[in-house]
Parts: sequence; structure tokens; C-alpha cells
Amino acid sequence: MPNPFVLLTSERDGIVVISLEGFLDAHTAPRFEESVQSEMKLGRYRIVVDCEKLTYISSAGLGVFMSFIEEIREQSGDIKICGLVPKVRHTFEILGFHDIFDLVDDVQSAVLRFAGMRAGEGAS
Amino acid sequence: MPPIERKFTLHVPSSTENLALIREFVSSIGAQAGMNDQEVANIELAVDEACANVIEHAYGHDVTKEVVVRAILDDDTLWIKVEDTGRGFDPDAVGEEDLPHLIEQHKSGGLGMRIMRTVMDEVRYEIVPGQKNELHMMKKIQKSRKTHE
Repeated sequence: MPNPFVLLTSERDGIVVISLEGFLDAHTAPRFEESVQSEMKLGRYRIVVDCEKLTYISSAGLGVFMSFIEEIREQSGDIKICGLVPKVRHTFEILGFHDIFDLVDDVQSAVLRFAGMRAGEGAS
Repeated sequence: MPPIERKFTLHVPSSTENLALIREFVSSIGAQAGMNDQEVANIELAVDEACANVIEHAYGHDVTKEVVVRAILDDDTLWIKVEDTGRGFDPDAVGEEDLPHLIEQHKSGGLGMRIMRTVMDEVRYEIVPGQKNELHMMKKIQKSRKTHE
């Protein structure tokens, strides 16, 4: 059975937007991990992850967010997560990720959040 | 009259590529049990976590090994058993540290176990060192919903 996972990276107002589609599980999470790592290597620490088309996430996918968030925030950046469908949001909530991560409605709102935390002000 | 018991078994090679297939298998059984979408999603997630642990940790991504998922469904419960013959582990060693603490320590392990314990009504391991590991998980089926839906 194919794992329908698609990852697209773009840029909007100087902010990296990683768009995920399909299943983010132990099979596909390494691709997401590589993508975040490569942005960090380029010194890009303001990242929006657009989950509008993400239909499933397991702890392997959540672990990617967890692994990098501290380093990203230390660099005055953040990962804003947007567009969660109810099923995916539920998995975030099971583990309390909604208390740690900034979950917003859409890419536009996420980009605006970054605009509000300029002047070297990292997320809490 | 004793409850009618239905049994299902799936054998797949130990590859993360098969996690989607495993999820589909258990989702179908959850739907057949009359569970709602949220409950089916929870079962799907718990079994994915269990099988991903087997594939990655017990078998170390050895695709020549086999993951076996068994489901037993009756009127009141859905039992899922995940079997492997790989490296066992101590489930009690998985801590209950809170999320900010794990992030601070750059640790992301143990999330799967936390999910299983949260969404299932019972989770227990039977480990015979060097022979087999079995993870048993149970979800109660809500009778009121079965009657009214």
C-alpha cells in the first residue's frame, strides 16, 4: 500500500512554509525531519508547518516537532503549526502539544504571528 | 447465549511501509465494532504506535521478520494483540515525564507508549525473554451507542 505523503517547501515574507500532505508516520517522518534540519542548517528558524492536507500523524511525526523546537526558539525562531484537521489536532492534544506549540488556523495567521514577534523576541 | 467472538489476523513484513496497511486493517475492525470515527482513529493510532515500536526497536527494521496483529471482537470489547519475536524491552522503564521536561532534555522517545495508555482502556505486555513479546490492548465498546446508532 502506498504511503501518500507529500512535502513541499516554499517561502512567504521571509518565512519558511513546509506544507505536508497525507500520512506523517514512522515511515514518512524522516523526510519531514530532513526538511526541518536543512532549513536550520541554512539559518532559517522561522518555520510554518501547514497541515491543512495532513490526514494522519503518529508520535513519529510529533517527535520531529519536539526534537527541534528548543533549538529553534533559542535562535529566536519558532515553529507555527496551522490548518490541523480535527483528527490530527486530536493527536496533538492527546500529548499536550497544544500547550507547547502555537497552533493557528492558516498560513496567513501563522505568518502574521511571526510579524508580531520580530525584534528578536522568541516564543515562550 | 455466550457472545459471538470474531477473530482477525494480519501478518506483514516488518517495514514501516506497512504501517498504513496495518492502520487500515484495524480501522475496518473498529468500524465493524460500531465504534465512532474518534474511537476508530484512537485504535488506529494505538496500533500504529505499537507496530512502529516493533518494526524499529524489536526488529531493528529487519524486513525478513514478521509483525502479527490479531484482533478479537465481541459484543463488549475489542482486544488487539501485537506479536513479535524480536528484542524485548521493559515497559516500566518508559517514564511519565511531562512534555516540557522531555523537550528540554531533547528526548522524544516514549510518546507512543503514552498515546497507547491514553487512548486504550487496558495495555499490558507479556514478554518471554528470547522467545516472544506480546502487547495486549483492549478497548471497551460503548453499548448505548451501539443500540442507538
